[in-house]
Parts: sequence; C-alpha cells; structure tokens
Amino acid sequence: MEKFQTLRSGVVPLPIENVDTDQIIPARFLKATTREGFGQNLFADWRYAPGGQPKADFVLNDPRYQGHQILLAGQNFGCGSSREHAAWALYDAGFRVVISSYFADIFRGNALNTGLLPVQVTEPELQALFAAVQADSDLALTVDLRAQTLRVPGRAEPIRFGLDAYKKECLLSGYDDIDFLLSQESAITTFEQHRPWIF
Amino acid sequence: MSRTLFDKIWDAHVVREVPGGLSVFYIDRHLIHEVTSPQAFDELTARGLTLRRPGQMLATADHNVPTRHQDQPIQDPLSRSQVDKLTENCARHGVELFGLGHPHQGIVHVIGPELGLTQPGLTIVCGDSHTSTHGAFGAIAFGIGTSQVTQVMASQCLLLDKPRRMRITVDGELAAGVSAKDVILHIIAALGTGGATGYFVEYAGSAIRALSMEARMTVCNMSIEMGARGGLIAPDSTTFDYLHGRPYAPRGENWDRAVAYWQTLPSDADAVFDAEHHFAAGTIRPMITFGTNPGMGMPLSATIPVLTDAAEAASLDKSLRYMGFRAGESLLGQKISHVFIGSCTNSRIEDLRTVAAFVKGRQKAPHVEVLIVPGSQQVARQAIAEGLDKVLAAAGFELREPGCSACLAMNEDKIPAGAYCVSTSNRNFEGRQGPGARTLLASPLVAAITAVEGRLVDVAEYVLDHELSS
Repeated sequence: MEKFQTLRSGVVPLPIENVDTDQIIPARFLKATTREGFGQNLFADWRYAPGGQPKADFVLNDPRYQGHQILLAGQNFGCGSSREHAAWALYDAGFRVVISSYFADIFRGNALNTGLLPVQVTEPELQALFAAVQADSDLALTVDLRAQTLRVPGRAEPIRFGLDAYKKECLLSGYDDIDFLLSQESAITTFEQHRPWIF
Repeated sequence: MSRTLFDKIWDAHVVREVPGGLSVFYIDRHLIHEVTSPQAFDELTARGLTLRRPGQMLATADHNVPTRHQDQPIQDPLSRSQVDKLTENCARHGVELFGLGHPHQGIVHVIGPELGLTQPGLTIVCGDSHTSTHGAFGAIAFGIGTSQVTQVMASQCLLLDKPRRMRITVDGELAAGVSAKDVILHIIAALGTGGATGYFVEYAGSAIRALSMEARMTVCNMSIEMGARGGLIAPDSTTFDYLHGRPYAPRGENWDRAVAYWQTLPSDADAVFDAEHHFAAGTIRPMITFGTNPGMGMPLSATIPVLTDAAEAASLDKSLRYMGFRAGESLLGQKISHVFIGSCTNSRIEDLRTVAAFVKGRQKAPHVEVLIVPGSQQVARQAIAEGLDKVLAAAGFELREPGCSACLAMNEDKIPAGAYCVSTSNRNFEGRQGPGARTLLASPLVAAITAVEGRLVDVAEYVLDHELSS
C-alpha cells in the first residue's frame, strides 16, 4: 500500500446521497481477476452513454475538474455491496481522498485497506464545502493526515477529522493489517487451542 | 454483567485487544466465491504466504455462473476464466469447493445453512455483504472486502472495532399475505438506507420468534441494506430443529453439548443496547419499493411519498426520474414486464413453495418474462421431488439452475434498459439488474401475483378476493 501523508488538490463535487458501490463500479466489470484497470469504468453508467460516449453532464467529464484527487460526496457514500473494487476503481482513477458526512462501514474499511483516505466531516461542513467548490471549481484543499486536518482556503480554522490511531499509522507508513496480524501469530495459536463452541 | 447475544459471541472471539481500540478478532468459518477471491489468492502468493486454516474455508461458484446448461462450458470467456481460477486456487491451496456440477453447489448464503455449516455462536465471514444472512442462526456473520479476505486467509483473524448494538423488536402477528420480506422492507423503509450504519442488529420479539429459519434468513440477509454490519437472531428450538441431522451439524453427544452451549447465547434479560426500535407486526403490509435504494419502500396500497426536506426531496426526485414514477402516485396497476424470483434473500424451498402454491392452476401473463432461480442444487432437487417444477411449468414458468443470477446480473440474466422488474432480491440500485433496469423489490408472493397479473395489484385485496391463505 502507498503511503499517505499530505495532499493538496482540487475537488470533484458529487452532491448525491447514498452513492452505492454498484454505481461506483457496476457488477458487470467485476469479472477481472486482477486489481488493476477498474478506474476506466468508475461510475460507468453515470459517466458514459450506452454507446460509450462520455455524458457531458456528469462531473467526471467536466473539464473544470480534471486531475482533481479529492472526491466530495453526499452522505452514506459507498453503501451496498462489499466489493473492494469500488475503492480500487476510485484509486485507479486518481482519487486519494473521499470526503463525506458518513461512509458505509465496509466501504470505509476497504478504502483504508486500499490507501484511499475517507475523511468524515459534519453535514454542515459538507454542505459548506459543496458551496465553496460550486463558487470556485479550482478550490484546492489541503489534507494533512498526521494533523488530521482539512484546510479550506478562506476558512480561518481547518476542519478536523477523526481516524483510528492504528489505521492512521498504517496509512502514514504504508503498512497494512496483514503485517500486523502476522505479528500476532503466537496469540492466535494459543487462542485456537481453546474454542469450546466448535463441536 | 449483563450481555447481549452479540456481546457474548464477540467477547469469545477476541484474541486480544490492541491499544487504541481495535481487536484481533478470530474467524471460525470463511466462505469464498469466484468474484472477490482471485485477487486475495494472488496477494497471498505474492507475499509468499499460505492459507492458515484451509479446513475452515469453503468455496462455491455462484455470482457469475449461467443458470442454464451448467453441465456445459461457460460461454462468456471472462466468466469462465473467473470460475476456472477459483477451481485452480482451491485445488492448489486445499480448499473444499462446491463448484458447478457439485450436488452442494449454490448461492454461498444458501448452502452454508442448508449443510449445517452455519451454527449458533460462530463467526462467519465472506467477501459478500449479504453474509449477514447467517446471523439468523445466532452467529456473528458479516461481509468483508478482498483485502480482508486475504487477512483471514493468512491469519484467520481480522482487526476490527466493535460495532454498537441495536435491537429491533417486532411483536404481534403478521397479517395474511405478509411475509418476512415485507417485515424487513418495512423496517428498512422506517430506518432508512443508512439508518443502522455502525451497528450490529439483533432482531427480537414474538413475530421474529414465530418465523421459520428460512424466513429469519430473509430478515437477517437485508440488514446491510440499512447500513448494519450484520443482523442476528437468538437461537432457539426452531434453530436447533432446523440444524439437527444436517451434514455438517454436530452429532450424538456433540449435539447435546452444542445445544447446551447454544442455549447460553441469547441476550440476558437486562442486557442494554445502544439503540432500540419497536414495530407492531400487525401494521405491516405487503411491501414494494419505488426508488433506487431499499429504504425507498412502501405498502403496495400506499402512494409514493411527497417529501418536504430539500435534500431528501432532491435525492428522491433523482430516483423517481430513473424509475419513471412521480411523487404522490400509486403504483397499483403499474404494468410489469419482468419478474425475478431468486437471490440469497428469497430462493429457498419455502419461497418456491409459496410461488408454486399461488401459480398452481393459474397462468403467467403473456407479456411477462419470468426468471425463477433456486438458491442451490439442494433446493432444486427438493423442488423437483415435491413436483414444484411441474406446477411452475404448467403455469408457464421455467425453473433455472442455481446461482445469484439477475440479483446482480453478472451473468446473462439481465433485465433490459427501462424495463420494470418485480424482484425478490435485495437491491434496487440503478442498473443493479442490468444497465437501465428498473427494480421493484418485493416478497415471493407479490412477485408470483405480479407474474400472473402482469401488473401490480394490492395483495391485501387479492387475499380477500381470492381467499388466498398466507
């Protein structure tokens, strides 16, 4: 997993609530057996007409937001299917941060395991961010993971966001849970010797 | 100290707590399928690791398999390659596989319970969000991503923060024509598609206790559709009677010891939950969804709500535009061109019996395309043994071969763009059943009535008019 420390980037606004993982990456693209290449089909049915032409009214096709690495989305982002391919598709398409007022549990975990940082803000903060990006499509936010802050131009105080301390260290160093779990070998072996609920 | 059912199983599976709040959490059973496992096997190999406990894993091919001619090679080369890769990986790593052609093959959440692999007190994971189904037995069961699949393969553990506990109590008796599917659609409509995010839900109350195991699975299956990590129901005599004698269930003295242990699991009388919700079973009506998430549901006889909150109204408006409906309108009389009866929510033998009982002596509406897909080979064999296939055939329906099918439309079973499909599955997301497809979630009975009528009708009236028993 790639390290994540700080990011200064423009924002792609997607003011839609309950974006499910079937929208992020439709099931028909899940036939691949490797992790690469899902970015081209990110939001496929919102992004492309049935013939494959880009839909002009979808934000990812708007030239003003090209190259932006922060996705700003409505509440309950990533609900539905557990497919980690959704996080892979966002990452493969260049996103490194998703901001929302809350995330579906499985998506949040998948994003952290992919190196994609889910930043949870309050609903008023989210709405203020949508308004700020609407006013200035080039607005660049600065995400500082160590400080757990989101700096917004024109806003005196940064927005602070929560994150589990262990997951934060993983992202900062580029480690993942497997490294940690393997280090627990002796405790797991001891545990396995007494599972009285297995009959 | 008083504990909930969830607490008891959780506490027993914590290997150790890590400073900061996470727990190393032990997994008893790991189910895998062809779509979310190949990258996990590759990651394991790339790191030079092996499976820690292959004997605690079970594989099946379900998400991406055809529902006709399963004895022949899969036509779609990508689907074939994915299923072949599962076969290779299972052979190389020593994982038991119930693949195509195996008498135990089927939807992963159907075969675990029917084989007796799913038992009270266990922790069960699978790279699929509907793993919550197994919670019907009083197990902690939940869906995981592919990185976590690799973690369980390598260590038999996950690093987790403990979810909060919610109890949803449904008391009273269900009206005629109202099923477990209507109960869970009613609950999700009330709580919303994100209403249980961060929670693990225990379903309780007299109406839940009165449900069969298959009906309980339908309820727990859709826990994820309100954002819950999972759902579970206290094990009782219904659970034990279902499990007794199944191939992987304990036997002899072990059975007696198992039951004695399982009886210690239900929540203590004074256990405290972080959130509680109560519903009266008698007020639940046959349900239908009108929008593009499972929380957008209503009684069939109701009208689509008109919302005043601006953000909610905008979200609903986007959904209704996709569905071709208007706020305030009734869906009764809406012409329906497709019906799907299947999925891990409603593809078990009781579901097929409900459908067969209704369509017996009736005929499918000529304009309706119907897919009836059993959840497993065992369900299919049972349906044939009971003659349900002949009843369905006489009414103009075909019983397909097992798989996930049009629930997520990875295989050929897709609903055309713009078409309305009444579906017994669990998700009505945009494009879920095929690009542009419009899904209305409902119970097997509502689906069967729709297939015969060719349009939505009020089941409550149907029950009276046609003296249909539930």
